[in-house]
Amino acid sequence: MLPTLALLLTCQLIGEVAARGLGLPIPGPVLGLALLLAALTVRPFIAQTLRPTVHVILAHLSLMFVPAGVGVIGNLDVLSEDWAALLVILVASTLLAMLAAVGTFLAVRRLTEGREP
Amino acid sequence: MTGVESLWSYLSATPLLWLTATLLAYLLSDRAARSLGYPPWANPVLISVLLIAPVLWLSGTTYDTYFDGAQFIHFLLGPATVALALPLWDNREMIRRSVAPILFALLAGSVVAAGSAILMARVFGLSAEVILSLGPKSTTAPVALGVSEAIGGIPTLTAVLVILTGIIGAVTVTPLMTLLRIRDWRARGFAVGLAAHGIGTARAFQVNEVAGAYAGIAMALNALLTSMIVPALVRWLM
Repeated sequence: MLPTLALLLTCQLIGEVAARGLGLPIPGPVLGLALLLAALTVRPFIAQTLRPTVHVILAHLSLMFVPAGVGVIGNLDVLSEDWAALLVILVASTLLAMLAAVGTFLAVRRLTEGREP
Repeated sequence: MTGVESLWSYLSATPLLWLTATLLAYLLSDRAARSLGYPPWANPVLISVLLIAPVLWLSGTTYDTYFDGAQFIHFLLGPATVALALPLWDNREMIRRSVAPILFALLAGSVVAAGSAILMARVFGLSAEVILSLGPKSTTAPVALGVSEAIGGIPTLTAVLVILTGIIGAVTVTPLMTLLRIRDWRARGFAVGLAAHGIGTARAFQVNEVAGAYAGIAMALNALLTSMIVPALVRWLM
């Protein structure tokens, strides 16, 4: 568990330093994700070390959203004013995004199907 | 000062109280959702918030005081984002097999998810802060919060919008895909993981194993892409 935490935090730290140092709009942890992916490509065996702890972390991802979610109490004014518009936007854009993704996936799959092994 | 009052003034000044309360609220919510069979509408995050928020309100506790304790959990969002590299790595063979459909669907879905929300919000005349908070709503919460903060949105509002988006995607995906007679589990899973992140992915796993794996791939890839394209889309569309 500790080596995994150390590795995750190190990737995040390098990501944060790079994001801030280079003034990138990408969040540091996302660069950390890319960095860990690169590390796994070079050293595939770290996957075995990571797996148990990462499994626990990802299984309880929901817990980590709670503190930010409670922040809704500070945004009740925005929500009470715009709730109808926000609801319409969220439903419509989620449906549109799913349609765009599924449509593109099927269309490109059809085009490339012949070349797949 | 009475005993109760001095106890309260001690408790309200230590991070212990709200850290413990957050953990307990989550465990309770997760248990409740599990006993119902994890229906998409009974989201543990939503239930936890509904448990904690009234307690804060009734006890006159500010969000800042609450966050002094809850920040220890909030901090884990960073390492959790980094950890998403592992499922991507584990599914690398699956990604390699359908790399073209995945990349094009990722690009199309990600642009539509953020772009359509930003444009509609402009049509409805919402404030700039709210529009910026909406931009990253289809991506997984740790990334969405980071992007929202980076582009000038309200991270706590983004958190709520992300959760609602996840629930909407999870509830609508099966009826939508069945209506359109789409039977490719890879495409169905990919779409819901992209549009509705972890909540959509959890739903996909309940319906079909392959759909779940593709949903997880879409969620992780969209975390990478959203953080790159949303800042650009915002500059272009606002």
